[in-house]
Amino acid sequence: MSTSDRIIPDRLQSSLQRRVKSWETLLLAVAIAIFVANSFASPYFLNAWNLSDATFNFTEKAMIAFAMALLIIAGEIDLSVASIIALASTAMGAALQAGAGTPVLILVGLGTGLLCGAFNGVLVTRMGLPSIVVTIGTMSLFRGISYIVLGDQAYRGYPSDFAFFGQGYVWWVISFELVLFAIIAVIYGIILHKTNFGRAVYAIGNNPTGALFSGIRVQRVKFILFLLTGLMSGIAAVCLTSRLGSTRPSIAFGWELAVVTMVVLGGVNILGGSGSIPGVVIAAFVMGLVTFGLGLLNVPGIVMSIVIGALLIGVIALPRIWAMWRYH
Amino acid sequence: MLKRLLASREALLMGAIVVLLGLVATRFPSFITPSNLAGVFNDTSPLILLAIGQMIVILAKCIDLSVAANLALTGMVVSMINVAAPGMPIAIIIIVAISLGTIMGMFNGLLVWKLDIPPIVVTLGTMTIFRGIIFLISDGKWVNSHEMTAAFKAFPRAEFLGMSMMSWTAVLAVFIFTMVMTRTTIGRSFYAVGGNPHAATYTGINVGKSQFWAFTISGALAGLTGFLWVSRYAVAYVDIASGFELDVVAACVIGGISIAGGIGSVGGAVLGALFLGVIKNALPVINVSPFWQLAISGSAIIIAVAFNAQANREKGRIILKSAENAQ
Repeated sequence: MSTSDRIIPDRLQSSLQRRVKSWETLLLAVAIAIFVANSFASPYFLNAWNLSDATFNFTEKAMIAFAMALLIIAGEIDLSVASIIALASTAMGAALQAGAGTPVLILVGLGTGLLCGAFNGVLVTRMGLPSIVVTIGTMSLFRGISYIVLGDQAYRGYPSDFAFFGQGYVWWVISFELVLFAIIAVIYGIILHKTNFGRAVYAIGNNPTGALFSGIRVQRVKFILFLLTGLMSGIAAVCLTSRLGSTRPSIAFGWELAVVTMVVLGGVNILGGSGSIPGVVIAAFVMGLVTFGLGLLNVPGIVMSIVIGALLIGVIALPRIWAMWRYH
Repeated sequence: MLKRLLASREALLMGAIVVLLGLVATRFPSFITPSNLAGVFNDTSPLILLAIGQMIVILAKCIDLSVAANLALTGMVVSMINVAAPGMPIAIIIIVAISLGTIMGMFNGLLVWKLDIPPIVVTLGTMTIFRGIIFLISDGKWVNSHEMTAAFKAFPRAEFLGMSMMSWTAVLAVFIFTMVMTRTTIGRSFYAVGGNPHAATYTGINVGKSQFWAFTISGALAGLTGFLWVSRYAVAYVDIASGFELDVVAACVIGGISIAGGIGSVGGAVLGALFLGVIKNALPVINVSPFWQLAISGSAIIIAVAFNAQANREKGRIILKSAENAQ
């Protein structure tokens, strides 16, 4: 989806951009409200271990969401991330069968992620294909290869030191995944908001032609962004495989939409050009808290999806309804 | 003449399907018997119906990811109606299915038209909402074959001139929407909206309203398909047609519909759906494991996109193009 296709009038676009600052505030209020509601709704909620468990609901997805946020800000999208997890996890399983130890397993996971990202990147930047269709194709392709390799089998028996990445705790209730999530959030925050590369990402999303003529290597930046979503999917694959302790071809099914939801909920304009990392961090917490709080109330997962869907549309629609009501 | 024929994507796709059928026939000759081909067409009919709706939405520069969830919700509702009121005539059931799908499509369309929310966000949201509602109304339970009435299950299977009613529904839809897209103002307005929204606005076309109608049509077709789907497979549950929206988008892309809007035809969407349908039906016949299916359809999508991009490459703006390629 390239930015030249945008159909929202400029009038709305700029008002949306002006609202981004308050977007995080609005989202933070939603998060706090959910947190308070949760603690009233269930006596089991305010327990350090429970709250720590709740983070597993979003840490892996959020790692990908940061890279996806940059990609969407630059006006592209990667729908193949969940399939990259499946393929990376399958590759790790195959390496395991070949007798690889934990360091090799991690290298294989990250390497597979990078390769898949590079494949997407080449198709989009070298051949000039629209990323939404390319990644719908590679989404089937990558998961399809997992199915070809695994069939209806599963790989089990990961070494015990490998389990640390998905199950280990660094200090008291602070899990390794949560620490990794925090580090990655800071790194992406710096990349997007403090570096020239970050400025280039915004510039490309707002006006690719303008960016090109101001000396930004548009295609190279986009290629790096696809590499990043691939790499983050590889990291998520290591964590998820370690947490589950097994690999199936159906692993992380449907995650691409959860990741995109997280990014959009975080205030990133799906048409490119605006968004922030703090927004995505808060959105990750909102989604994690909603899922976990409803889970404590024994609400089935599929009903939670109604809430997530309504939240996604509602958070975007309410300011616009408010604006219409005020000015008409 | 030959050059024009070769340039037509429909002709090329038709050729590709014929080649595909020929290849399968060398391994398994009875695949191309008329009765088997009618079976393949029947299996592909739901995909054809949804691909027509999706094509119109994509033409209008939008995307509808909620079609499979719409299909599943409508299917669940009509099968529950059938269980609760076994005596209700099929005609009324079909009207209910189409209306319900239409309402869901209109909901998507209103959010896009009145609130200017990007279509991908709207349909991503409604996709999960519709699936959740199925769980709420059904309590996660299945409606099984023995609970449905014989008349309910018989409709898509009923034969007429050697083809099932399911196939005839697809044929009828192809005919109607070919007429709508080529002969009516609203049909042409979809092309105008997708081709150049600003120009469309200046010619007096309401862009948002056209997109609203595109979603409505897509929803109506999804509702109709929902009834056909549950009555054909004689079962309804929360996850039916899960992930089918991507097959539908894939069929459109293979059929040469430009994801950027404005380019495409009903014939292309139908041929794209048939291409996927032939692959899906041929794999088990020629002893290729079904596990290969995803990878093969994924490759088909990528090749089709690459091919379309090659054919659509713009000839103008030479300086800019060379600047882009110089990197």
